[in-house]
Amino acid sequence: MIDVDIDQRLGTFHLAVRFSADAPIVGLFGRSGAGKTSVINAIAGITTPARGQICIGGVSLFDAAKGINLPPEERRVGYVFQDALLFPHMDVRSNLLYGQKLRSPEDRFIDEARVVELLGLDAMLRRKPNTLSGGEKQRVAIGRALLAQPRILLMDEPLAALDVPRKTEILDYIERLRDELSIPIVYVSHSVAEISRLADTVVILSDGKCVAVGDVDEVMGRLDLRPATGRYEAGSLIETKVAAHHVEDQLTTLAFDGGELFVPQVDASIGERVRARIRARDVSLATQRPEGISILNVLAGCITAVDAGAGPIVDVQLAVGGATLNARITRRSLQQLGIHVGQNVYALVKAVSLDQRSVGYA
Amino acid sequence: MLGISPDEVGILALSLRVAAVSVICSLPLAILVAYGLARFSFPGKTLVDAIVHLPLVLPPVVVGFALLLLLGKHGPVGSVLDEWFGIVFAFRWTGAALASALMGFPLMVRAIRLSLEAIDQRIEIAARTLGGSRLWVFASITLPLALPGIITGTLLSFARGLGEFGATITFVSNIPGETQTLPLAIYTFTQVPGGDALALRLSVIAVVLSLVALATSEWLTRRSQRMQGNDRR
Repeated sequence: MIDVDIDQRLGTFHLAVRFSADAPIVGLFGRSGAGKTSVINAIAGITTPARGQICIGGVSLFDAAKGINLPPEERRVGYVFQDALLFPHMDVRSNLLYGQKLRSPEDRFIDEARVVELLGLDAMLRRKPNTLSGGEKQRVAIGRALLAQPRILLMDEPLAALDVPRKTEILDYIERLRDELSIPIVYVSHSVAEISRLADTVVILSDGKCVAVGDVDEVMGRLDLRPATGRYEAGSLIETKVAAHHVEDQLTTLAFDGGELFVPQVDASIGERVRARIRARDVSLATQRPEGISILNVLAGCITAVDAGAGPIVDVQLAVGGATLNARITRRSLQQLGIHVGQNVYALVKAVSLDQRSVGYA
Repeated sequence: MLGISPDEVGILALSLRVAAVSVICSLPLAILVAYGLARFSFPGKTLVDAIVHLPLVLPPVVVGFALLLLLGKHGPVGSVLDEWFGIVFAFRWTGAALASALMGFPLMVRAIRLSLEAIDQRIEIAARTLGGSRLWVFASITLPLALPGIITGTLLSFARGLGEFGATITFVSNIPGETQTLPLAIYTFTQVPGGDALALRLSVIAVVLSLVALATSEWLTRRSQRMQGNDRR
């Protein structure tokens, strides 16, 4: 359980954030300058808020009223920075053990062997940080934070400095941590793709304030949060189960209560829960079930909202079974098709638009 | 050894002792001052900075004279040290070491400060979040990362100490066997008829000594950089 209620002035920026979240991975989402890093710096004790309290798993780390303000070294908060920040004068193994040596044995819940195995660090233990790739550095940084036996892991855009293949690699490792260790993670990002793939609960920050807290699928789909979540990033998340693998086509079908989705082969067994993220611009609408087209996914739904913004582009929300789907179409199409709330339509989603990065374990 | 006379060995040993003691005693203070100047802003910081740098710009004779006035047997500080602690600097080799330390201090502080300022402070913050106290992080992260600057500063100050003349001769005079270091001895030989050859021999020794110090500094700096993983690979 993470309870944060803080007020802090940082120059002209005023941070006033209050949220409670209890989930394996809590996403802290917002545009750059929204105050995401300031929040986790306060949790880690790097900065001190003027007012409020911070409580992690029932342990009070900061309480201005009670005069509690633990220094960073006593908070047991693992911090993974954007650019790893390994100790350049130590080899990987010494980096990993730096924090562990400073914790008392009764606080230990994870040992070196387990971390090395979880993060695949075996081959690099004797190497110096300057010989590692960006992805390897980040893995060592995560391992180093874990071995300091933290109550919680804070990750500040850990993928920001990496190229796409490395991002995918680290995402896989973070998912392993979530599944195999029972340590809560606060994951800071401005990427909808990362947040929606990893997080269960999301906290949306905008201009130093917390504007929404809740289930990822629900919050990220809300049209009224567009100013904070960003229009370009609009999309929807659908909780599905793997229904079938089609070996000959290298496709997988994902089932949810609104129908089935064909996606390129997913590395998950049948019955497993996976989360599919569909970008709004990858969804087309039709008023009748189309025939003779290449698009594999045709889902029947009902329009629930039309974004009334200006400009040539319109965001439309529709209910497909119990799931919410966002579609981005032109204003011209909206008018030509006469799309309105309550109308039954068909949503078309190309299977190729659902690549590996948009399908993740739930 | 290579025809060096016992007198010359004595001069050399004294010079090395004076320079070494001056460096060893001033290093902890230099690290402290450099850390303070690099990391904190406080009222009077500019003044502290200026005072530290003063020996670099003042004529050494002025520094020596100031030391003599303050720390001489009847000076305000010297008399107290003598009466209370029995410590005397005037006309002793320890005084020569003090003069060397003072003259080399700005060089030492500058080099250490530069390398402290080059450290990404977020690395220290990372160490704090891993459970390191302020002091432990300073010892295990900050100092090792500042090592190239500490080595450079130490050797610069050491070399400055070996060459120190003006402040030394003014403060502790030119007493053979006690305060007559290499430069003072060379000067003395040039002042006596027929002493040129001896002065030349000592000068050659001084040149060799300086080259050895430079080479050592270079080697140590490279080594510590390699240790820190800063070499180009």
